[in-house]
Amino acid sequence: MTTEELEYADYRDKLKCSFEQIEDCFDDYMKDALRNLSNQGVEDYLSGASLVCMIGRGWEPVSIYLEEMPQMAKRVGEPILEIVSKHVWDMSRSPNGKAIPPFMQCLPEASRRLGTLEQMQHFFDILFKMLDTTTTSVHGHHKTHSSQGFLVLLKQIPYLLSQLSLEGLKNWIEYGVRNYHNHPERQKDYFDLKSADSKAMLQRERHGTLYMDNERKLDMYMRSMWQTEEYFVPYSLGFDELRKPQPYYDSLGMRVPDVYDDLDGVRGINRYRITLAHMAAHKRWTERQVADNLSPFQRIAVETFEDSRVEQLIIREYPGLKKYFLTLHPTPIEGDCDNEKESCVRHRLAMISRAILDDNHGYQNPDILEFVGKFWDAMKDSESSTKEMLGIAISFTARTRLQSDQLPKVHFENTVIDYRDDNRHMWVFIEENDEPEDDTSQPQSSETIEPDGLPPRHYHEWDYNTSSYKPDWVTLYESLHAPGNASDIDKILEKHSALAKYLKRILDLLKPQYYVRQRYQEEGSELDLDVAIRSLIDLKSGSQPDPRINMSHKHDGRDFAVLLLMDLSASLHEIPEGCTQSILELSREAVTLLGWSIEQLGDKFAIAGFHSDTRHNVRYHHLKGFSENWDDSVKARLAAIEAGFSTRMGAAVRHASHYLEGQKADKKLLLILTDGEPADIDVTDEKLLIEDTHKAVDELSSKGIYTHCISLDKKADDYIEDIFGAGGYTVIDNVEKLPEKLPMLFTALTS
Amino acid sequence: MSDQNIEQYKITEEPFYEAQEDELALYEAAYESRLPVMIKGPTGCGKSRFIEHMAWKLGKPLITVACNEDMTASDLVGRYLLDANGTRWLDGPLTTAARIGAICYLDEIVEARQDTTVVIHPLTDHRRTLPLDKKGELIEAHADFQLVISYNPGYQSLMKDLKQSTKQRFTGLDFDYPDSKVETAIVSKEAGIDEETAAKLVKVAHTARHLKGHGLDEGISTRLLVYAATLINKGIDTKRACKMALVTPITDDNDIRSTLVHSIDTIFA
Repeated sequence: MTTEELEYADYRDKLKCSFEQIEDCFDDYMKDALRNLSNQGVEDYLSGASLVCMIGRGWEPVSIYLEEMPQMAKRVGEPILEIVSKHVWDMSRSPNGKAIPPFMQCLPEASRRLGTLEQMQHFFDILFKMLDTTTTSVHGHHKTHSSQGFLVLLKQIPYLLSQLSLEGLKNWIEYGVRNYHNHPERQKDYFDLKSADSKAMLQRERHGTLYMDNERKLDMYMRSMWQTEEYFVPYSLGFDELRKPQPYYDSLGMRVPDVYDDLDGVRGINRYRITLAHMAAHKRWTERQVADNLSPFQRIAVETFEDSRVEQLIIREYPGLKKYFLTLHPTPIEGDCDNEKESCVRHRLAMISRAILDDNHGYQNPDILEFVGKFWDAMKDSESSTKEMLGIAISFTARTRLQSDQLPKVHFENTVIDYRDDNRHMWVFIEENDEPEDDTSQPQSSETIEPDGLPPRHYHEWDYNTSSYKPDWVTLYESLHAPGNASDIDKILEKHSALAKYLKRILDLLKPQYYVRQRYQEEGSELDLDVAIRSLIDLKSGSQPDPRINMSHKHDGRDFAVLLLMDLSASLHEIPEGCTQSILELSREAVTLLGWSIEQLGDKFAIAGFHSDTRHNVRYHHLKGFSENWDDSVKARLAAIEAGFSTRMGAAVRHASHYLEGQKADKKLLLILTDGEPADIDVTDEKLLIEDTHKAVDELSSKGIYTHCISLDKKADDYIEDIFGAGGYTVIDNVEKLPEKLPMLFTALTS
Repeated sequence: MSDQNIEQYKITEEPFYEAQEDELALYEAAYESRLPVMIKGPTGCGKSRFIEHMAWKLGKPLITVACNEDMTASDLVGRYLLDANGTRWLDGPLTTAARIGAICYLDEIVEARQDTTVVIHPLTDHRRTLPLDKKGELIEAHADFQLVISYNPGYQSLMKDLKQSTKQRFTGLDFDYPDSKVETAIVSKEAGIDEETAAKLVKVAHTARHLKGHGLDEGISTRLLVYAATLINKGIDTKRACKMALVTPITDDNDIRSTLVHSIDTIFA
């Protein structure tokens, strides 16, 4: 035995673990540990491994621990040794023992991504908080059921960390825990990235500059700087690991990645702009070439030269972009590619491209220098042309062709220029055009696509537990309400003719008078003789005259847009105590009178009804549109209203606001007529929809829309102020008075 | 009235104006026959400067009225004021111009209310008179009097348009931002900077003008370019000057700002 082996034997004694499998590699483990750890570190390492050994989960966790921890400790600091063994120990004492091997496996990747001890601590906090909440118990205190999501989550950790910041990971995990806490199967799907909202949440939390957030900016960029209007189609970089998709454009639009991270100081938004600038430049300056006579090598050479050409033209136009190109363009190192063993085609071309862009490239290769010179000769004093580039490129391939270019192993390093598109627009293939085109299929498909109603709209919903929106949570379908018998509504008007007469008197007072005289003005359009004479008398008699002797005229018009949103939930069928009619009938009468009154006033007015059957089905019925008159078709729809289902108010309010926003009016008012609090059958937390509706009302008021609720719920006081704020609601206790109260309330609100 | 000081309305120094097309000749011909002229064009493209230049060239006094929606007919025609001896009539700018034979320039006429603008009707047809009904006087316009109005058809709402009866009393000149070359010359001359910087400024303006109607009501005007150039001339850093003069004033929309800042960044490398 050598001294070294003796030393290892000492350490072997300290490791209290008797699995045979670790004997073989123990010396290697120790060599690694001694190289990377301090003396104290080695002690911790061995005691940590002993602890992991004792949990009774076989040799695998120990061997992973022994193998990975020295490197990890070197990367993030030695305290990690103890932290990890402690966590493994804790897990082994819970129903989640099965998760230990995957936990150990995800650690190296996590430590590489996160890099510091502090970050690792946060990471553990997030993981174990999730583990703690999803480990459920059946009979009270003891946690007996293992977490369903944890195992699959651990498998996804490397991928998740490549996509999300720690903050994003936290949000993503918390969202899953919150929403699928009681549903093990769905929880599993969520953490396995299989369910739709799991992917949607991931998308939202991804780091970098999201395409979705910047669509308008990019649109403006293209319009202002390139004078084109493009249709953008984002593609995801996240799900195609093997082959990174490249930007490209064709007749259907420009494909761009859905997210760009900042890179070497170039901000994500600028990376988008550069990608688009490159494509726009192709569109402006590149002519299509026939591809059939060129070999693939010749083609990529032509593409490289053409890319460089349009890039130089961009720089002529916008010199400030050059610094971005220089940063984003990779710098191939001369001599990096071995001609004997791999194909250097890409390497050579990337060098050409770099040399054209960067004056300080420092390359010595005579061929490269000669062809860069040729490029500049062609570009001198002109824009050159794709054709000319084609000539240069072909002679370049002829000059530099090597036997090894055919080798299957291609040198890729530092040759990927990711802001350039794949140049598919550049080529015309004559041969392929002979293929018969499947024209026949198209008209058929367009026929079947024809939708029978309006497409559903998705609205977010506010979750007060987390102070965040659940994206696209509620699905809302809108439709025109089926018509009934219009004469029913006329009968209602007849029945309330006395009330109508009374209302008419009030309404006449409210009717706008277009010119109002403003007296006592210091500056005005006309002299107000009465006042002027009085002032003159004052002046003559020696006292101070009133200088406000003019008057002017002012416009005074009503400019209101009003939308009445009726709750049509099932509870409207109830007949309140002491009444002979159901709330639905009373509401109908009230809305009839209101509609008639507003028509008298000439304000812009719309009526809609809503009810909901879970978040997947909120129905929004149009009863009267802003542009419709109070005529028979509107009355017929109003006559046919039916009550049913529940009251998910937030989405309906948001949808109504979407219509009010489109109206041009000084004052916009959303009137909500309801008989109870917001509720739905798929929501157990009473407060959730109340808070969501409150949030929706806030959103409206920030858009300048005033919301007022008329509640027929006598117990509304408990919640209604939380939703609509003080003064934003009226509770009508005596439902029978509704037909009378509603128009009065409206006139009071708007005068 | 003889007590009017005509000289104060005269323009003594030549205002710099670079002709875009044949507008100088067209205007002179209209003035010779005293035809009323209407000038249309976006803000800051040189409408007012053109009128000043023509008034100087023709040697006539110029009375400019900036119209606004609170302006009434009496603000144009005149009104009674109180003084120690009772009331006193004070001529409005339009009346003064008609009496002394000035060019009366109503800037942004559509801003004024429609009932205000009709008072100019009798001055703009063959009658060339202005009745002062409150005073009971009928003014015959001076032989040199001419009426010019300007407006920007772009940004006003549908509500603010001239009545047909007003429109059809005028001859019209269409103004727009000058083409790049002329605009470069204007910016460079007016602010005293080199042509190269001026050309870059014009390029920035063009990127913004492409956004008109897509979030911007109006592109960057020649006037703003001159402001930017003046700031640069004072030694301010080019990009800072552009941001101050070209970006901040025209929009509060962050997306547009970001786009414009990027374009300044790439044009002034």
